Amino acid sequence: MPDEAGTIGLRVARYRPDTDSEPGWQEYDVPLRREWTVLDALNHVKNEVDPTLSFRWSCRMGICGSCGMDVDGTPRLTCGTFLADFAPGPIRVEPLSNFPVVRDLVVDIDDFIQKLPRVKPWIIRDEEKSVDEGEYLQSPEELDAYKQFSMCINCMLCYAACPVYGLDPDFVGPAAIALAERYDLDSRDQGARERLDVLIEHEGVWGCTFVGECTRVCPKHVDPAGAIQRYKLKAARESVKALLLPRGAR
Amino acid sequence: MTKRRVEPFVWLMFSGGGVVAAVFLPVLAFLFALAYPLGWLDPPDRDHLSAVVGNPLTILVLLGLFVLMLVHSAHRFRYTLYDGLQVKAKTTVAVLCYGAAAVGSVATVVVLVAAGFTS
Amino acid sequence: MNGVRTYRRPISTWWWVGKRTYFVFVMRELSSIFIAWLVVYLLLMIAAIGRGADAYDDFLRFAANPVVVVVDLVALAFVVLHTITWFGLTPKAMDVRAAGRPVPAAAVIASQYVGLVVVSAFVVWLVSR
Repeated sequence: MPDEAGTIGLRVARYRPDTDSEPGWQEYDVPLRREWTVLDALNHVKNEVDPTLSFRWSCRMGICGSCGMDVDGTPRLTCGTFLADFAPGPIRVEPLSNFPVVRDLVVDIDDFIQKLPRVKPWIIRDEEKSVDEGEYLQSPEELDAYKQFSMCINCMLCYAACPVYGLDPDFVGPAAIALAERYDLDSRDQGARERLDVLIEHEGVWGCTFVGECTRVCPKHVDPAGAIQRYKLKAARESVKALLLPRGAR
Repeated sequence: MTKRRVEPFVWLMFSGGGVVAAVFLPVLAFLFALAYPLGWLDPPDRDHLSAVVGNPLTILVLLGLFVLMLVHSAHRFRYTLYDGLQVKAKTTVAVLCYGAAAVGSVATVVVLVAAGFTS
Repeated sequence: MNGVRTYRRPISTWWWVGKRTYFVFVMRELSSIFIAWLVVYLLLMIAAIGRGADAYDDFLRFAANPVVVVVDLVALAFVVLHTITWFGLTPKAMDVRAAGRPVPAAAVIASQYVGLVVVSAFVVWLVSR
């Protein structure tokens, strides 16, 4: 394939809250370059064609998690999504599903930001060691136990892919539950009970029907769907224990 | 102290029902719903089936299987109505689904015990 | 967000039609109806067995009715879909370990199919003797 093979169409969702009552479409033609991603194309539009187009981005290397958008109906990091894979186009670019649209391709992520701390994604100790006692040691095996779930970059593609979250915004959602699992599995952490108390609620893990789309769209292979099902099993095991064992025996 | 919630127990029954439906139902459905009625295989005679169904162990196993599968169905269908059809009357849906499973479970006891006595 | 008029996109009732994975998901969930139907069907049969040989023959005639056969064919197809998807999702939903090491997903799935074959063979042996 030559370096530049003509152009490709971008069909971009536009929403200007001051003038539009609902989003509409705008078409742009951009050079179809082999090394260009959808984000490169959007930046080309913004710099050369239409400076009013709004979207979020930062690192361009799949780690900041800001440039997530629906590309042809599937949530993706636009910095890792190549134009050539969608030739001949046109490519449909929309703001992430399930979030309110602020402007053009920018969504309001407040709901996610408020949900994250509810699962207490930090190391909880019954009693903190003093600095003098040194660090909490961890073996490579203990690291492996939670490493996969620690790869999350909070890009929210999983929320955009989750029909349950779309239909019931109270649902805590994939990334937050995967992150709870990440700390539960950490050998240094003792906060599993506190997180379980949050996630055993109705809007915790129980709304999930294991669609599995969160895992399919995750750019970091975190597998939130697996984490949620394991959480259900954990919640069930603890509930049965609480029912069968006398108080305080655990 | 873990909070007392009913969801974990319903989910356990849903999962158990999912497992037994996946393992037992294909052969039961194939034999009794297709192979025997359509004559692909000779149906077993009634006396033999009656003896099988009348065995207390069979009654217990079938009771467990059927109740779990009914709860499994009710639970799954409940969420299908929520998500697939976006039914908003969530409490009504839950009462109807689990209510149907409860009625079915009572019917299961009645049928199994009645069939057990006549064998 | 303060002072910003955000737009909430409505979700169509048919959100699951456009994408294959969503469609398979809803079909998988709809297997619940057919599992319930097969439980009812088997209960009707057991009740007929309990009532005697005539009732059992009547039941076999009812079961051979074309409408019932079609329903049962569809039901069996959905049950197979349930079995395949259920077995496939098990290694995702459970962290199966043997001797401290995670068991490969393929082994978990394969062992479930072995269970299916064993149970099926036992049921065939039991009812046909």
